[in-house]
Parts: sequence; structure tokens; C-alpha cells
Amino acid sequence: MEPGRERFERTIAADERIEPRDWMPDAYRATLVRQIAQHAHSEIIGMQPEGSWITRAPSLRRKAILIAKVQDEAGHGLYLYGAAETLGVDRDELLDKLHSGRHKYSSIFNYPTPTWADVGAIGWLVDGAAITNQVPLCRCSYGPYARAMVRICKEESFHQRQGYELLLTLSRGTPEQHAMAQDAVDRWWWPSLMMFGPPDDASPRSARSMAWKIKRHSNDELRQRFVDICVDQAAALGLTLPDPDLRWNEERGHWDFGAIDWDEFHAVLRGEGPCNEERLTRRRRAHDEGAWVREAAAAYADKRAGVGAAA
Amino acid sequence: MSEAERGWPLWEVFVRPRRGLAHTHAGSLHAPDAELALRNARDLFTRRGEGVSIWVVPAAAVSASSPDERDPFFRPAADKPYRHPTFYEVPEGVRHL
Ligand SMILES: [Fe+2]
Ligand SMILES: [Fe+2]
Repeated sequence: MEPGRERFERTIAADERIEPRDWMPDAYRATLVRQIAQHAHSEIIGMQPEGSWITRAPSLRRKAILIAKVQDEAGHGLYLYGAAETLGVDRDELLDKLHSGRHKYSSIFNYPTPTWADVGAIGWLVDGAAITNQVPLCRCSYGPYARAMVRICKEESFHQRQGYELLLTLSRGTPEQHAMAQDAVDRWWWPSLMMFGPPDDASPRSARSMAWKIKRHSNDELRQRFVDICVDQAAALGLTLPDPDLRWNEERGHWDFGAIDWDEFHAVLRGEGPCNEERLTRRRRAHDEGAWVREAAAAYADKRAGVGAAA
Repeated sequence: MSEAERGWPLWEVFVRPRRGLAHTHAGSLHAPDAELALRNARDLFTRRGEGVSIWVVPAAAVSASSPDERDPFFRPAADKPYRHPTFYEVPEGVRHL
């Protein structure tokens, strides 16, 4: 075996981290680029569904919280693009692929946010599912990705709590507010369960990612963990989860839950979700409309560099 | 190609978490110049008071030891146990040594 590959395998086996300049198999690098880029894109696109409520937040307190949360998501995207770049790709190239539809982002962000309660449901369920997925990634075998995930996970817990508190406030409010909270949970519950990806027997690349210790738990394992956590949290909110098959299984020591509509998942992934077009169009427009800022900053930097050289 | 088309250069960011501690590497970011790199680094890495001082360094200016030569490069330290205090025998009962 070549020395690079041998060292790579020894490092993985010893549960140590691979760092950017180490030798790594091409497929390991490609898998990480795809996963980290998709993750980064999701953080960036993920600003839109909630961002649309910033101007309509019901109080100054809620507005400040929402701005801080959405700003964090931008930060998460930047940490992750930074981690992807250590693998030898260029951020502009990744953005191009997002804008041209060649790269995916999490399908959860293709659902609409028609009411204020959606901001709460996203914080509780979408950020909650993301945390369940991301905590094990803090021990991912690729160092820069793992380090980015540590920062992200620290910030996510505020996201989840503010969403939970928002829903609790609505749930304890007027009957209309309570109904609004319940409606949001009813709409976000199933898409949140889809965030863990296809079931294990339909997830062909999972085994290899687990062998490389990029992934630490299977999709179904993480999904079950999330369901188990949410049941009590929903009860404390005074809200129900929209699944008639949800019941405690004494034997398994877990909650059983109903079948997920994977046709919907694949349709949304193919671009047929309610907001795919809107999200991408808005992202492209934001990028194009920011061009003059990038140009002006670069021109200023060039000018200053010229002044420095002349002095 | 202009700088804007090429993309802004990459900067490595180092943050001092508290007075008395060294700057440590926090991550990297793109910025057109050092001044904006510092501002972006503040917004990106110290939103919750994680730092009292920031350094930004053009990524292209960092020289690093080669991972391929890692073992030979650091080998000179391996056979010098006498650099550690535990190498030395001290009689029973001797204190403050
Ligand atoms: Fe995030
Ligand atoms: Fe979040």
C-alpha cells in the first residue's frame, strides 16, 4: 500500500482527524466537498423562509432575536464554505453550482412560511433536527468540518430555544394564536423528519461515509432519536404531533411513528416543492445585486495597494 | 480579470479569547483587504464575545511544514528523553525540585 493511503487508514482507525494537507482518497475528498457544500448552501438558503418575517415580527424583542438568528445562519454558511475550501475548491465555484441548480440544498427550505408561528416551528423542529444531525458531525474525521460543526452547534441551541419559546407563547395565548401554533407544527413535522434523509436501506452512500467516520449514525437512528426527543417537548407545549400512529413501544424503548411520504421528499428534491423556484431566484438576485459592492470593495483595495506601492 | 471577478483573497483569522491567552486559529474568510478582513472576522467569529483581539493574515503568506515529511521532520525530538524532567532520578524525600 502507498504510504499516504496507509497513514490515512491508520489515522481513521485510530479515530484521529484528517487535516487539509494530508493525503486522502479522491472519493473521500469528493464526498466531503459535496456534503459540506450542500450543508453550506442549506444555511444560506435557510435564511430566506424566516428572513421574510423580520420586517413583520410582532415586537422589537422578537425582531432582534430573529435578526440575530438569521445572521448566525449566514455565519454558518461562511464557516462551511471555509471548511470546503480547505479541500481545494473555490467558494465562487460552489456558489455558481448552487445558482445554476447543479448543487442541492436541504429540501426543508422549499416549504413556505405563511404565518408568524412558522418562525417558531422552524426554530423548534428544523433547527432541532439539524442539531440532532450535527452534534455527531462534531466528531467527523475531517478536522476543518468537525471544527466548524463545534461552532455551529454552540449557536444552534439558541435557535432551537427561541423557536420553542415563541411557540409556547402562542400556544398559551388566545385560541387563534394556539391554533396558529398547532397549524405550523402540523405542517413542519413531516418535512422535519425527512431532513434525516432516505431510510437506511435506500441510502447507498451511507455505509461508506460511516466507514470513513464522516457519518457516525445512520439516518434512521438519528430520526428515531429526534422523534423520541420531540414527543415530550410537544406535550409541554400543549400541542400535538400530526401522526395517529405515534405510540410508545415498550419493547424497543422508542416511539413508533407512521410512514413518511418519500414521494413528497423526492418530488421536492427534484425541484417540485412549493418554493424551489422562489428560493433560487431570490438567491441569484441577491448575488447579482451585490455585485457592485464586491466591485467597489475590490477597486478600493486595488487603489490602496497602489498608494502603498507608490509611497 | 479584476479582483471582483477573481474573488476576494483568503485570510486566516486568529482570535485572542481573553487577555493573557495567545491568539488561536479560528478559521478563514474572504475579504478584499486587511481592514475589511478584520471587520468580517469580528462579525463572523466574535458575535458572542469570543474575542478581545483579532489577527488576520493573507492565507497565501502562511508557510507550513509538509505533512509528507511529518515523521522525519519531527524525529529529532523523539530520541531526546533527557529534555523532559521525568528523565531524571531524584532521591526519596527531596522536595521542591
Ligand atoms: Fe445553522
Ligand atoms: Fe439554526
